Amino acid sequence: MAQSTDESSSPGSGQDLRLESVSKKFGDFVAVDNLTLTVPQGSFFALLGPSGCGKTTTLRIVAGLEDPTLGRVYIGEDEITSLRPYKRPVNTVFQSYALFPHLTIFENVCFGLRRKGVKDYKDKTREMLDLVQLEPYATRKPAQLSGGQQQRVALARALINEPGVLLLDEPLGALDLKLRRQMQIELKRIQTEIDVTFVHVTHDQEEAMTMADTIAVMNHGVIEQMGAPSELYENPTTTFVANFLGQSNLIVVDVVDSSGQTVVLDCHGQKVGVDAARSHTAEGKGWLGVRPEKIFASAQGTVEHDDANLLTGGVVSDVSFVGVSTQYLVALPWGQEVMVFEQNTGHRASFKNGDAVDLAWSRQHAFLLDAGQDAHAGVVSGDDE
Amino acid sequence: MTQTTTSPPKASDDGEASKRRGWGWLLLVPGMLWLAIFFLFPTVQLFFTSLYDPSGSYEQGYALTWHVANYVDAIKDTWNLFGRSFMYAGISTFVCLLLGYPLAYAIAFKAGRWKNVMLVLVIAPFFTSFLLRTLSWRAILADQGPVTSFLQTIAILPDDGRLLATPVAVIAGLIYNFLPFMTLPLYASLDKVDYRLIEAAGDLYSSPFTGFRKVTFPLSLPGVVSGTLLTFIPACGDYINAELLGTPKQYMVGNRIQAAFLTEHNYPLAASLSIILMLIVVLMVIVYVRKSGTEKLV
Repeated sequence: MAQSTDESSSPGSGQDLRLESVSKKFGDFVAVDNLTLTVPQGSFFALLGPSGCGKTTTLRIVAGLEDPTLGRVYIGEDEITSLRPYKRPVNTVFQSYALFPHLTIFENVCFGLRRKGVKDYKDKTREMLDLVQLEPYATRKPAQLSGGQQQRVALARALINEPGVLLLDEPLGALDLKLRRQMQIELKRIQTEIDVTFVHVTHDQEEAMTMADTIAVMNHGVIEQMGAPSELYENPTTTFVANFLGQSNLIVVDVVDSSGQTVVLDCHGQKVGVDAARSHTAEGKGWLGVRPEKIFASAQGTVEHDDANLLTGGVVSDVSFVGVSTQYLVALPWGQEVMVFEQNTGHRASFKNGDAVDLAWSRQHAFLLDAGQDAHAGVVSGDDE
Repeated sequence: MTQTTTSPPKASDDGEASKRRGWGWLLLVPGMLWLAIFFLFPTVQLFFTSLYDPSGSYEQGYALTWHVANYVDAIKDTWNLFGRSFMYAGISTFVCLLLGYPLAYAIAFKAGRWKNVMLVLVIAPFFTSFLLRTLSWRAILADQGPVTSFLQTIAILPDDGRLLATPVAVIAGLIYNFLPFMTLPLYASLDKVDYRLIEAAGDLYSSPFTGFRKVTFPLSLPGVVSGTLLTFIPACGDYINAELLGTPKQYMVGNRIQAAFLTEHNYPLAASLSIILMLIVVLMVIVYVRKSGTEKLV
């Protein structure tokens, strides 16, 4: 499993959120397993993973709603591990919003300021309601608002306290797709504007990739891989990450030579290669990974690629036209089917079932993973939105 | 950002909707009939009885003479009983709230898998008759009983002090008998409070106590209102506790009504006392519910 230290971030802006060897056990179940993590101040950080991976528990530990079994939590130099929630400079946007049903929108938003005894809470609350465009709803009760509006109240109620770290627990999960897209952009805009550290927990890879500067992919209580969205997508180090972020074709290969710049592989008798920097195993068997949109299908024998990888002998077994692209399933000689997405540029006719095709892709677009892992780890079923 | 508005789905077929409406009211019929026969009719009867000429008697019959003076007579002799009834009922309700709230809170939030067992224990006293339980309180509070001796030993009670036949005994009896009526609605209300709201209050800088004051308690108000009503109303009219645990000095208006009906057979007096008690309680309830509805109780 990948180690979870963040080398890319420059420490020292003073108010970084740091978790040191944090574990949380519920009985025999290990929800969070020896997690070490630094979230730089002002960054938009996403904890991404399937349900039960420990991401929400991690968030609750930062919020103070759970005590870690082991480990320490810091904001800047201050240890907050055993600080009660109401004493932490941390606020949360809860999954179900947890708005106070007996209070008006105004009273909900100023709740934190009033507890802290801020004198001019009225002006600040009006400003905040203005920022989330809910001024006209100030005197209403939460139940009288739509889901999207409630979401913005929850955000305003947390942000108004100017927390050092804002925690977002699946904040957009209850919204419909269109509204979610809108709120993703809105959240990112607000985060850039006010420069607060956002820690965002989600199971939606698209949501994480849209908003976050850094994503930590969690599985079984540990971080599988951490990095910028493009880095995780283009160069995953585990099959779980390869499958959980987008889709990947994973093909069994034998490592022939891993000494040079290009690692030479044997794929059922055909020679292919992958950049050494994207190779995460050195010998024996491996999973050669390539994204469906990186593969170019061409009629058999029509393409010569010296620089690229080429697999010949494929047969189109399924064609689905989805508008922006056409998605093919291509059966390779050894029976495995790979996905190929072709953008609908209109430059050429699409293939039909039974067409013989060769598959080509640039060597810097592939990645090589250790074969010890389950090729289906992290596969998200299609209807999971 | 655009404002999104939600509108309730409209009934597409009005004919269908009205047909459904047309039959639904039939469900009311059994309950309404029951109330008409066993509540409305007796109440009207009671009202007329309160206006009979008091010179009549049970044996010879009464004449309906719209004798409003019955009410004046009733109040004249019993105003102190009314005062005592409301005072006893008020104190008992308040103490029931103090005892019942922590109990209901513990059952709702802390009992875990013991929740159902604890709820059964709360209603367990109902398995025995009300009368029997109150009688056994006589033994508990008796002059030579364990409670009295203990309180004398630790010098809270003087050596010749007693519990039985004092207001303390009557109020204690009322509290004991009505505590489940307070606890159950409180529990129902607290159990519905979303624990995440309490967490949210903590996240927003509320200490546990402030969180309780600003979130948990206001959200449990429906339970507080129904619990206090279910305790206060029957306690106002109770006469068993005063009868068994007190002396005529502790008698409540219920004792007077009971005596007028069953011992003296002075029906007009009993009826007018009942009507007065009913009116005062209804009035108090209206004011109380109005006040709590506008959140002035928070």
